[in-house]
Amino acid sequence: MISITLQVKNIAKEFNRKKLFENISFDADAGSAIAVTGKNGSGKSTLVKILCGLLEPTRGTWVLTVEDKKIPHEEYYKNIGLVSPYLNLYDEFSGIENLDFIAKIRRLQNPSTIIESVLEDFGLFKHRKKEVKYYSSGMKQRLKYCAALLHKPEILFLDEPQSNLDSEGISVVRTYMKQQRERGILIFATNDEDDLSYADAVIKLNSLNIEK
Amino acid sequence: MRAIGLSSYYVLVKEIASELRTRYALNALLMFVVTTLSVIVFSLGSEHVPYEIYCGTLWVIIFFSAMSGLSRTFVTEEERGTTLLLQLITSSNSVLLGKLFYNVILNFAITLITAIAYLILFNDFVVRTYSIFWLTLLLGSVGLASASTILAAIVAKANSKGTLFPVLAFPVLVPILLTAIKATILSVEGGMFNEAFPDFQVLISFTIVIIAVSFLLFDFVWKD
Repeated sequence: MISITLQVKNIAKEFNRKKLFENISFDADAGSAIAVTGKNGSGKSTLVKILCGLLEPTRGTWVLTVEDKKIPHEEYYKNIGLVSPYLNLYDEFSGIENLDFIAKIRRLQNPSTIIESVLEDFGLFKHRKKEVKYYSSGMKQRLKYCAALLHKPEILFLDEPQSNLDSEGISVVRTYMKQQRERGILIFATNDEDDLSYADAVIKLNSLNIEK
Repeated sequence: MRAIGLSSYYVLVKEIASELRTRYALNALLMFVVTTLSVIVFSLGSEHVPYEIYCGTLWVIIFFSAMSGLSRTFVTEEERGTTLLLQLITSSNSVLLGKLFYNVILNFAITLITAIAYLILFNDFVVRTYSIFWLTLLLGSVGLASASTILAAIVAKANSKGTLFPVLAFPVLVPILLTAIKATILSVEGGMFNEAFPDFQVLISFTIVIIAVSFLLFDFVWKD
């Protein structure tokens, strides 16, 4: 297991001078699973976006260190994977074309082997040549997992991990959640009680405290 | 630097493949060129107009076709929710460079089509110095595409995308349009190649400044 640490200090976010959350602080290292929970509109997705380096917080700092090397925010994309309801893939391309584009742009070694492997795991191999616009919402969600896991990210962010998935899909996702914990850090935003049991620590956004 | 080059190449390839399947920009650009050329042909009839008017209308068509198509490269990403995917897989500079190359290729292709159609349709429009003419078209369309790319990235985040783009673009593009029209008039008048040097210098300088500013600004535009 490689050494990874994520140090989050006093993160706060305000929109139009209204506080969404404040004083979010935690440390996570390889093998950790952190859950973010809270009511609708409490800022779970916003916190995930901030930690992914996609949104600037109003206050606070967060530092990702991989193998004792501090990663600049603009290079976070190399180390993270995100599955989220507000992430979309290209409808006009097939599943395999989408993954091929991502693999090439990430410059992965042996991309076709990796792509076939994740497509098999998520049950999309036989649908790989179908354009994404013809996928069901569950298949699209599975494809998002494939896209996020291609490069075996050091930190995997999941926003509503189970959304649109059937029981078989949930089971595959849980296997990958376990694998991610063995390899790096898992951070997920959810209100599902079963998912919360996978977490070492739970950040409750409505109470602004870390439990456990 | 090599990594940015390679990533931007894949962004460019993705843009071309996506455009060939969806025809978001290509159809809009071609339809604009066809309709405006038809309107000019029918309205002029057998009238003879000064060549300066032809040079002006040529660049009016190129400008407005650029306005109708070039913003699509960022607007479609925003509308389809795929911006986040690009943010998650590559650097902002790679995205900007890939989309800039795509807009340059698209705009130059449309400019060429418009210019060739112009030469065929209007007998009074006779170019005497082709070297000035083609180079002006190349530099003008590269300049238009460069400015349009960063403006499209800004406009894509706004609510009224369609109307905002030409409004923002017009003042920025006025220097390039006036210079390109001046150099095109020179090509029709049969001026010497070195007479057009000052105009080429303006077009090249403008493009370099716009591209440099784009790379400085883009990161702030690209992230929420």
